[in-house]
Amino acid sequence: MRKADTCYSKNIMFLTNTRRVIRAGFINFWRNRVISLASVLIMTVTLFVLGFIIFLGALFQGSLEQIRNKVDVNVYFTIDALEEDIINLRDSLSELPEVASVSYTSREEALANFRERHKNDYLTIQALDELDENPLGASVGIKAKETSQYESIAKFLEEQSALAQGKYSIIDKVNYEQNKVAIEKLTKILAGAEKIGFAVTVFLVLISIIITFNTIRLVIYTSRDEIAVMRLVGAGNKYIQGPFVVEGVMYGIFSAVITLALFYPITLWLGDVTDSFFGGINLFEYYVSNFTQIFLIITLSGVVLGAISSILAVRRYLRV
Amino acid sequence: MANFEKENVMIYFDKVSKKYNDNTIALDQVSFSVAPGEFVSIVGHSGAGKTTLVKMLLAEERPTEGAVFFESVDIHALNKKSVTDLRRRIGIVFQDFRLLPNKTAYENIAFAMEAAGRTDLEIASDVPQVLELVDLGEKVWNFPHQLSGGERQRVAIARAIINQPDLLIADEPTGNLDPINTFEIIQILQKINDMGTTVVLTTHNKGVIDSLEKRVITMEGGKIIRDDEKGRYVL
Repeated sequence: MRKADTCYSKNIMFLTNTRRVIRAGFINFWRNRVISLASVLIMTVTLFVLGFIIFLGALFQGSLEQIRNKVDVNVYFTIDALEEDIINLRDSLSELPEVASVSYTSREEALANFRERHKNDYLTIQALDELDENPLGASVGIKAKETSQYESIAKFLEEQSALAQGKYSIIDKVNYEQNKVAIEKLTKILAGAEKIGFAVTVFLVLISIIITFNTIRLVIYTSRDEIAVMRLVGAGNKYIQGPFVVEGVMYGIFSAVITLALFYPITLWLGDVTDSFFGGINLFEYYVSNFTQIFLIITLSGVVLGAISSILAVRRYLRV
Repeated sequence: MANFEKENVMIYFDKVSKKYNDNTIALDQVSFSVAPGEFVSIVGHSGAGKTTLVKMLLAEERPTEGAVFFESVDIHALNKKSVTDLRRRIGIVFQDFRLLPNKTAYENIAFAMEAAGRTDLEIASDVPQVLELVDLGEKVWNFPHQLSGGERQRVAIARAIINQPDLLIADEPTGNLDPINTFEIIQILQKINDMGTTVVLTTHNKGVIDSLEKRVITMEGGKIIRDDEKGRYVL
C-alpha cells in the first residue's frame, strides 16, 4: 500500500515536472524571442536545403526515368516465323530477372502502325497495296530494369538464335548492336550523375547541420551562467536540460512550418518550368501529392536536429 | 575526524588545503567547525581564500588535501545525485545576485521550489510568505533588470531560504549595495538565523562585522589567523 502510494506520487511528480519543463520551454522561447527568431531563421535555411534536395532528387530521378524509358532493345522476327515460337521467346524473355517489360507487336499491328505512320505518304501506301502479302515481321520490344542490363539480354537473344540455327532462325535482327554505344555511354553518365548527386547531398546536409548545431550551441552558451545558477539552486540535470530541449524542438517545428509554407509559392512558380524543362515532372504536383511524406521528413529533421543540438550543447555546462 | 562531536557540529573542515594548477595556494591546512544554528562571519582581504572555502562547501571545488564534512558526511565523496540533494539543503546568496534573468522575481523563487520537486500548492503558499519576510512589496512580477541592487538581493535571499535550508551561505552579499541596503540585508540574515538556520557570511565590511557581535573567523593568505566569539573586524 505504502509502496503503491510513493509510486503514485512519483508518477504525479513526473507529470508535474514534465508540465513545468514544457511550460518553461515555451516561456523561454517567447522571452528570448529575438534569439529564438535568429535560431529559427538559421534552421529554416537548413531545412530549406533539405527540402531543396528532396525536390532536386525528384527532378533528377524523373528525368533519369524518362531517359531510361527511351532506351529499349527490339527483336525483329522473320516474316515466316511462327507466332507460337515468338510467344514462347517472349515468355522466356519476360522470365529473365533483368527484364522490366516486354511488348509484343504482331505482324498485323506492325502493318497498321506502318500505315498510320505513312498515311500522308501516298506513294508508300500504294506500293504497300501492290503487295499481296504483309512484308513486315512481328517484333518484341524489351525494357530492362537498368540500362547496364541490356548487354546480358542481348547475349541471351544471341544464344537463342544460335540454338535455333539448326532448324531455322526466327530472329531476323536485334537492334542492340546499333544502340550499344549510346546505351553504354548513357549508363556511365547515369552512374556518374548519381554519384555526384549523392556527394553534393551529403555535403550540403552536413554543412547545414553543422551551422544549425553551432547556432544552438551559441544560444546556449549565452545561458551558461543561468545553467550554473540552476545547478547551485539544486536543480537536477534533466530539469535544467528539459526546457532547452523543448526550445530546440520548437525551433525545429517553427522552421519546418516556415519551410513548408515557403515551398508552396516556390513550387507553384517553378512547376510549369520544370514540367517543360525536365519533361513530365511538375514540382508543384509532386509537392502536393507527396506532402505528407515531405512534411514528415522536414518536421522530423527539424525536431531531431533541434533536440539533439540542445542536448549536446547543454551537456557541456552540466559537468560538475 | 579527530576532535569533533557529532551532535554539535554541522560543518567540519579537516586540514583542508587547496592548490591550484599554477601552484598558488588558496587554502593552507584550514580546520574549523560550525555548530547548528550558529552565525559565523568569515572575513579577510580579497584572495584570502574566503570564496574557495564557500565553493568547497558547495562541492564546486575539491580539496587538494583534507576533507570537508557536512553533518558528518564527506561532501567530496558524494555522487552527482547526492551533491544535488546536498545543494537543496544549502541556501546560497552571492555578491552578484545571480538571479535567472528571464524569470520574474516570483518565478526565480518558485524555480528553487520546483527544482526541489515541491507541489504547485506548496509553491503558491510558501512564496508569498518568504516575499513578506524579505519585504519586496509590489515588485514580485518584475524581472531582475527592473529591480535595484537591494531588491535583487532580497529576491536572492528569498530564493535561498524558500526550501528551508539547514545552512545559508552568504558570499559577500552586501558587496554591491549602499549602506542602507547593507544594513537591511544583514537584518534579514539575522532574522533568518533567529529562526534557526545556520548562517555563514563572508564579507570585508567592517561596519557589518562590528554591528553583528557574532563569531568571526579571520583569514589571511589561505590560513585562519583568528577565530573569536563575538569578534570584531581586525586586520
